[in-house]
Amino acid sequence: MSVKVLYFASLRETLGYSHETLTLPESVSTIGALRGHLARRGGAWEALGEGRNVRAAINQEMVGPESALADRDEIAFFPPVTGG
Amino acid sequence: MSVSVQEADFDVGAETAALSAGRLDVGAVATFVGLVRADKLSGEGSEVSAMTLEHYPGMTEKSLEAIVAEAGGRWQLQGVRVIHRFGRLLPGDRIVFVGVASAHRGDAFAACEFIMDYLKTRAPFWKKEDTPEGGRWVDAREADDSAAARWSD
Repeated sequence: MSVKVLYFASLRETLGYSHETLTLPESVSTIGALRGHLARRGGAWEALGEGRNVRAAINQEMVGPESALADRDEIAFFPPVTGG
Repeated sequence: MSVSVQEADFDVGAETAALSAGRLDVGAVATFVGLVRADKLSGEGSEVSAMTLEHYPGMTEKSLEAIVAEAGGRWQLQGVRVIHRFGRLLPGDRIVFVGVASAHRGDAFAACEFIMDYLKTRAPFWKKEDTPEGGRWVDAREADDSAAARWSD
Protein backbone atom coordinates (compact mmCIF):
# COMPACT_ATOMS: atom_id res chain seq x y z
CA MET A 1 0.00 0.00 0.00
CA SER A 2 1.28 3.41 -0.94
CA VAL A 3 0.13 6.57 0.83
CA LYS A 4 0.94 10.27 0.80
CA VAL A 5 1.72 11.74 4.22
CA LEU A 6 1.59 15.48 4.99
CA TYR A 7 2.96 17.26 8.07
CA PHE A 8 1.86 20.70 9.27
CA ALA A 9 2.89 23.56 11.56
CA SER A 10 5.28 22.77 14.44
CA LEU A 11 5.36 19.09 13.45
CA ARG A 12 6.51 19.98 9.91
CA GLU A 13 9.28 22.15 11.36
CA THR A 14 10.36 19.51 13.89
CA LEU A 15 10.54 16.79 11.24
CA GLY A 16 11.95 18.95 8.47
CA TYR A 17 9.46 17.46 6.00
CA SER A 18 6.17 18.82 4.65
CA HIS A 19 5.19 15.63 2.80
CA GLU A 20 6.41 12.27 1.60
CA THR A 21 5.10 9.25 -0.26
CA LEU A 22 5.46 5.98 1.62
CA THR A 23 5.10 2.33 0.74
CA LEU A 24 3.83 0.64 3.88
CA PRO A 25 4.37 -2.94 5.06
CA GLU A 26 1.17 -4.96 5.54
CA SER A 27 1.49 -4.70 9.32
CA VAL A 28 0.89 -0.93 9.13
CA SER A 29 -2.84 -0.65 8.48
CA THR A 30 -4.11 2.02 10.89
CA ILE A 31 -3.27 5.61 11.82
CA GLY A 32 -1.90 4.46 15.17
CA ALA A 33 0.32 1.84 13.54
CA LEU A 34 1.59 4.39 11.02
CA ARG A 35 2.51 6.77 13.85
CA GLY A 36 4.47 3.99 15.53
CA HIS A 37 6.11 3.05 12.22
CA LEU A 38 7.25 6.67 11.67
CA ALA A 39 8.31 7.20 15.30
CA ARG A 40 10.63 4.19 15.02
CA ARG A 41 12.77 6.22 12.61
CA GLY A 42 14.06 7.80 15.83
CA GLY A 43 15.37 11.30 16.49
CA ALA A 44 12.89 14.03 15.58
CA TRP A 45 10.38 11.38 14.43
CA GLU A 46 9.74 10.42 18.03
CA ALA A 47 7.48 13.50 18.00
CA LEU A 48 4.90 11.15 16.42
CA GLY A 49 5.27 8.56 19.17
CA GLU A 50 2.58 7.33 21.53
CA GLY A 51 1.51 9.90 24.09
CA ARG A 52 2.51 12.87 21.95
CA ASN A 53 -0.30 15.31 21.24
CA VAL A 54 -0.65 14.73 17.50
CA ARG A 55 -3.87 14.83 15.46
CA ALA A 56 -4.45 12.94 12.22
CA ALA A 57 -6.59 13.18 9.11
CA ILE A 58 -7.31 10.72 6.33
CA ASN A 59 -8.35 12.29 3.03
CA GLN A 60 -8.88 15.60 4.83
CA GLU A 61 -11.20 14.25 7.56
CA MET A 62 -10.06 14.23 11.20
CA VAL A 63 -9.74 10.62 12.43
CA GLY A 64 -8.68 8.62 15.49
CA PRO A 65 -5.86 6.10 15.92
CA GLU A 66 -7.98 3.07 15.00
CA SER A 67 -8.90 4.40 11.57
CA ALA A 68 -7.88 2.09 8.73
CA LEU A 69 -5.59 3.16 5.91
CA ALA A 70 -6.23 2.43 2.24
CA ASP A 71 -4.00 2.53 -0.81
CA ARG A 72 -3.46 6.07 -2.15
CA ASP A 73 -4.88 7.76 0.95
CA GLU A 74 -3.80 11.30 1.77
CA ILE A 75 -2.82 11.18 5.43
CA ALA A 76 -1.90 14.21 7.51
CA PHE A 77 -0.34 14.61 10.96
CA PHE A 78 -0.45 17.91 12.83
CA PRO A 79 -0.58 19.47 16.29
CA PRO A 80 -3.93 20.47 17.86
CA VAL A 81 -5.41 23.32 15.84
CA THR A 82 -5.23 26.96 16.96
CA GLY A 83 -7.29 28.96 14.45
CA GLY A 84 -10.11 31.40 14.99
CA MET B 1 -24.15 29.19 3.14
CA SER B 2 -20.69 30.11 2.02
CA VAL B 3 -17.14 29.63 3.25
CA SER B 4 -13.95 31.46 2.22
CA VAL B 5 -10.35 30.86 3.24
CA GLN B 6 -8.27 33.80 2.04
CA GLU B 7 -5.25 36.03 2.67
CA ALA B 8 -7.18 39.22 1.99
CA ASP B 9 -9.07 41.23 4.60
CA PHE B 10 -12.88 41.34 4.49
CA ASP B 11 -15.50 44.08 4.80
CA VAL B 12 -17.58 43.37 7.92
CA GLY B 13 -20.35 45.78 6.92
CA ALA B 14 -20.70 44.38 3.42
CA GLU B 15 -20.63 40.77 4.63
CA THR B 16 -23.21 41.49 7.33
CA ALA B 17 -25.51 43.32 4.92
CA ALA B 18 -25.26 40.51 2.36
CA LEU B 19 -26.71 38.02 4.88
CA SER B 20 -30.13 39.66 4.72
CA ALA B 21 -29.98 41.46 1.36
CA GLY B 22 -33.21 41.04 -0.61
CA ARG B 23 -34.82 38.87 2.08
CA LEU B 24 -37.83 39.66 4.22
CA ASP B 25 -37.79 36.41 6.23
CA VAL B 26 -34.59 37.26 8.14
CA GLY B 27 -35.30 38.73 11.55
CA ALA B 28 -31.85 38.40 13.10
CA VAL B 29 -28.25 38.55 11.96
CA ALA B 30 -25.57 37.60 14.51
CA THR B 31 -21.93 38.16 13.63
CA PHE B 32 -18.59 37.43 15.25
CA VAL B 33 -15.26 39.00 14.26
CA GLY B 34 -11.99 37.60 15.64
CA LEU B 35 -8.96 39.91 15.82
CA VAL B 36 -5.22 39.55 16.45
CA ARG B 37 -4.44 40.72 20.01
CA ALA B 38 -1.13 42.34 20.98
CA ASP B 39 -0.67 39.93 23.90
CA LYS B 40 2.22 40.40 26.28
CA LEU B 41 4.76 37.61 25.87
CA SER B 42 5.12 35.63 29.09
CA GLY B 43 7.88 36.88 31.38
CA GLU B 44 8.87 39.73 29.10
CA GLY B 45 7.89 43.32 28.49
CA SER B 46 7.44 42.86 24.75
CA GLU B 47 4.24 42.11 22.89
CA VAL B 48 3.33 39.93 19.94
CA SER B 49 4.38 41.99 16.93
CA ALA B 50 2.80 39.79 14.24
CA MET B 51 1.58 36.28 13.62
CA THR B 52 1.41 33.89 10.71
CA LEU B 53 -1.51 31.56 10.19
CA GLU B 54 -0.81 28.29 8.42
CA HIS B 55 -3.60 26.03 7.20
CA TYR B 56 -4.22 22.76 5.37
CA PRO B 57 -5.59 23.80 1.97
CA GLY B 58 -8.50 21.58 0.97
CA MET B 59 -9.19 20.20 4.44
CA THR B 60 -9.73 23.70 5.79
CA GLU B 61 -12.57 24.43 3.39
CA LYS B 62 -14.08 20.96 3.86
CA SER B 63 -14.01 21.21 7.64
CA LEU B 64 -15.61 24.67 7.65
CA GLU B 65 -18.32 23.51 5.24
CA ALA B 66 -19.01 20.50 7.49
CA ILE B 67 -19.31 22.76 10.56
CA VAL B 68 -21.71 25.09 8.72
CA ALA B 69 -23.78 22.09 7.56
CA GLU B 70 -23.97 20.79 11.12
CA ALA B 71 -25.15 24.20 12.35
CA GLY B 72 -27.80 24.15 9.60
CA GLY B 73 -29.06 20.82 10.95
CA ARG B 74 -29.37 22.11 14.51
CA TRP B 75 -30.97 25.51 13.97
CA GLN B 76 -33.29 27.19 11.47
CA LEU B 77 -30.83 29.33 9.49
CA GLN B 78 -31.46 31.49 6.44
CA GLY B 79 -27.82 32.23 5.72
CA VAL B 80 -24.31 31.56 7.00
CA ARG B 81 -21.05 33.21 5.99
CA VAL B 82 -17.64 32.11 7.30
CA ILE B 83 -14.38 33.81 6.29
CA HIS B 84 -11.02 32.80 7.78
CA ARG B 85 -7.77 34.46 6.82
CA PHE B 86 -4.29 32.92 6.62
CA GLY B 87 -0.78 34.31 6.13
CA ARG B 88 0.89 37.13 8.05
CA LEU B 89 -1.35 39.27 10.29
CA LEU B 90 -0.65 42.20 12.62
CA PRO B 91 -2.26 43.09 15.97
CA GLY B 92 -5.67 44.61 15.29
CA ASP B 93 -6.07 42.72 12.01
CA ARG B 94 -9.24 40.72 11.47
CA ILE B 95 -8.74 36.93 11.42
CA VAL B 96 -12.21 35.42 11.17
CA PHE B 97 -15.78 36.39 10.39
CA VAL B 98 -18.85 34.30 11.22
CA GLY B 99 -22.25 35.69 10.26
CA VAL B 100 -25.56 33.89 10.74
CA ALA B 101 -29.00 34.98 9.51
CA SER B 102 -32.16 33.53 11.01
CA ALA B 103 -35.77 34.40 11.67
CA HIS B 104 -35.12 34.89 15.39
CA ARG B 105 -32.18 35.90 17.52
CA GLY B 106 -31.98 32.69 19.56
CA ASP B 107 -31.01 30.56 16.58
CA ALA B 108 -28.68 33.23 15.19
CA PHE B 109 -26.77 33.71 18.48
CA ALA B 110 -26.49 29.98 19.18
CA ALA B 111 -25.40 28.99 15.68
CA CYS B 112 -22.80 31.77 15.56
CA GLU B 113 -21.25 30.63 18.84
CA PHE B 114 -21.44 26.95 17.85
CA ILE B 115 -19.64 27.61 14.56
CA MET B 116 -16.83 29.49 16.35
CA ASP B 117 -16.46 26.83 19.05
CA TYR B 118 -16.26 24.04 16.46
CA LEU B 119 -13.96 26.03 14.19
CA LYS B 120 -11.53 26.50 17.10
CA THR B 121 -11.10 22.75 17.58
CA ARG B 122 -11.77 21.27 14.12
CA ALA B 123 -10.57 23.61 11.38
CA PRO B 124 -6.90 22.98 10.55
CA PHE B 125 -5.32 26.37 11.22
CA TRP B 126 -2.19 26.97 13.27
CA LYS B 127 -0.93 30.30 14.63
CA LYS B 128 2.73 31.17 14.93
CA GLU B 129 3.62 34.35 16.83
CA ASP B 130 6.62 36.55 16.05
CA THR B 131 8.68 37.16 19.18
CA PRO B 132 12.10 38.83 19.66
CA GLU B 133 13.55 35.29 19.87
CA GLY B 134 11.88 34.16 16.64
CA GLY B 135 8.66 32.38 15.75
CA ARG B 136 6.68 30.55 18.44
CA TRP B 137 3.77 28.20 17.75
CA VAL B 138 0.68 28.96 19.81
CA ASP B 139 -0.42 26.06 22.06
CA ALA B 140 -3.97 24.77 21.80
CA ARG B 141 -6.15 25.70 24.80
CA GLU B 142 -8.13 23.16 26.80
CA ALA B 143 -10.82 25.82 27.25
CA ASP B 144 -11.46 25.58 23.50
CA ASP B 145 -12.00 21.81 23.75
CA SER B 146 -14.50 22.22 26.59
CA ALA B 147 -16.27 25.05 24.72
CA ALA B 148 -16.77 22.70 21.76
CA ALA B 149 -17.72 19.74 23.96
CA ARG B 150 -20.67 21.52 25.58
CA TRP B 151 -22.56 21.34 22.25
CA SER B 152 -22.31 17.55 22.02
CA ASP B 153 -25.10 16.56 24.45
